[in-house]
Amino acid sequence: MSSVSVFGLCAAAAVGLGLYGLITNPQSLRKILAFNLLGSGVFLLFGIVGRRGAAAGVGNDPVPQALVITGVVVAFSATAMAIALLLRLFHTSGSTTLGSRAPTSSRSDAPGG
Amino acid sequence: MMATPSALATTTADLLLVLLIVVPVAGVLLAFALGDRYVRRVAFTVIPVGLAISGGVLLALPQNDGHLVYLLGAWPPPLGVALRADGLSAVMLAATAIVVCAVAIFAAADFRLAAGYGRAPFAFWILLLAVWAALNTIFVGGDLFTLYVALELLTFAAVPLVSLEGRAETLQAALRYLLFALVGSVLYLMGTALLYGLYGTLDIVLLSHRVSAEPGALIAAALMTTGLLAKTALFPLHLWLPPAHAGAPAAASAILSGLVVKGSFFILLRVWFNVLPGVPGFAAAQFLAALGAGAIVVGSIVALRQQRLKLLVAYSTMAQIGYLFLLFPLALDASGRLETGQALAGGLIQAISHAAAKAAMFLAVGSIYAGLGHDRITGIRGAARALPLSVMTFGLAGFALMGIQPSGASLAKELLLQETARTGQWWWAGVLQVGGMFTAAYVVLVLAHALSPSDQPVALVAKPPRGSGLAALALALCSLLLGLLPWEPYLPITYTVESKLFGDEALVKFLVTVFGGAALAILLSPWPHPLAFSAAGKTIMQLIAPLRRTCIGLGSLVETGDGVLRQWSTASISLLLVALLLAALMFAAN
Repeated sequence: MSSVSVFGLCAAAAVGLGLYGLITNPQSLRKILAFNLLGSGVFLLFGIVGRRGAAAGVGNDPVPQALVITGVVVAFSATAMAIALLLRLFHTSGSTTLGSRAPTSSRSDAPGG
Repeated sequence: MMATPSALATTTADLLLVLLIVVPVAGVLLAFALGDRYVRRVAFTVIPVGLAISGGVLLALPQNDGHLVYLLGAWPPPLGVALRADGLSAVMLAATAIVVCAVAIFAAADFRLAAGYGRAPFAFWILLLAVWAALNTIFVGGDLFTLYVALELLTFAAVPLVSLEGRAETLQAALRYLLFALVGSVLYLMGTALLYGLYGTLDIVLLSHRVSAEPGALIAAALMTTGLLAKTALFPLHLWLPPAHAGAPAAASAILSGLVVKGSFFILLRVWFNVLPGVPGFAAAQFLAALGAGAIVVGSIVALRQQRLKLLVAYSTMAQIGYLFLLFPLALDASGRLETGQALAGGLIQAISHAAAKAAMFLAVGSIYAGLGHDRITGIRGAARALPLSVMTFGLAGFALMGIQPSGASLAKELLLQETARTGQWWWAGVLQVGGMFTAAYVVLVLAHALSPSDQPVALVAKPPRGSGLAALALALCSLLLGLLPWEPYLPITYTVESKLFGDEALVKFLVTVFGGAALAILLSPWPHPLAFSAAGKTIMQLIAPLRRTCIGLGSLVETGDGVLRQWSTASISLLLVALLLAALMFAAN
């Protein structure tokens, strides 16, 4: 098995695990971690895309690397923002679960102008 | 649809594309540097400049063959990155600028944002400019990765808007929105990686020449489409939309509902019609429109059952998003190629019309809330007398949404109906008509309550400032008059629509829509209307009582189903199912 396919399978595994975690974990913090795993899988995929060019004798393709770096920055900011929201939520309500019930019609008079 | 970049030299008009992005971003940075005290002044300097730039693009486009291209650092793709504007981007840019202006005027007068909530006003102005910058980048971005970054910026600017007030439930709504949107953008990014691996470029024009319907491209198309659907909140991936849009302050809701969801929708149009022309196929388009039809029915029925006005308007957004997706099967021929582009034009006009009308609606509802101190639908009797401007704005925006002549929605509906007749897809014509009626239903419902006289005089908690009311009214009028604008220089409208303003036909359409809507409202809304207790009302109610009971039972079933679909786990499984189904349909078509 070539190294490209090994990395490809790793990327697929990371994406799969990340998706599984995002769907099944009720806790928001774990969802955020799962999102990071999912993102890492995608970044690995970008890395493989760059390596494929190298295998064909073109030299390592730098564009996917640049894309991955940008992607990492974006994922980092997303994580930071999610954690900040989570902390704020914890300070305000004392719980961090997402509570599948959205504002229901029975709650009549919450301030929400 | 877009020019090849190589032969073009940069002109001053092309520089406008850079300014579109630079000016709002500079505003954000400047506001941070100058701090709390000057944020409003910065915003009110940047917004007119941005409006002028968008107007400049609109004027410059016809003189430049309908294309503007700016190469960053003068490097042509695939080495460099290009910014491009065509007719679609120009009209979206202009619409965004106008909505941003109106919302800014509203927010400046809105005491809730002006007077307190700590740093909320500061955050609002910065986020408003950031949303604008992200949207402009989406409209002029020339490659898929730029679009990805812009999409993320849009989410990052939109999420805090949801939780401006910092209450626990809005924070929860914001977190759900963020997490679900992140899943969507990861799927989009995965598709981008696959496309880069296959074709070695992410430039939209270059990709459109290179793609073919091979397995990798099909999977990429399915992944990107699903990701963008999650961000656009198309049924059944709408779990985040109602709480997020209903929980934000009025001005923020207007931006979220009117503009933010259009960003990902626009990228979807780009992916389907510019990046991968002909790849997704006819069957997948039918599937998207079927989801859209589901959104119209479920969103409207649940909207009719809401007790709070803001939630009603939020669910109406969900239904209207479904309406936008009806363009996909109409724009493609049986082999999956873009045909005339007329349906595309219709869909885009609908998006713009909805942007203005829905923003106006949220602003009006915000004023009603501020005035009465609550927004319970059963409690707004007499509001028309106490808050005439807001109720009128709501009504006009509602009429614009239902597709009354000469609104943008009516032009869009006309264009789409012509396409259904031409392509022989009569079933979507039915959905289009029913969609208009459902819209009429919840508008009529609200107006019927607001216009009915109250027994005791309505006590106003606060008087909404006149400036904000006028801004909302202007937006509603914009949407109502959109059908009169000359769209041909920008959008591919092939044959002219004869819009007879006051003809018999227009009157019949109007009456059918309104009465159909009223019937739906009576049958599906569980709230008793004051008129139902009059003598005539009682007889009618007795006559239709069995039918109404069945309909209300059906409605409550739909509402329960909607509640199940909005659970996190159900929604994520639907996300995977949608991705799988899209991929399967695309493989079957090719």
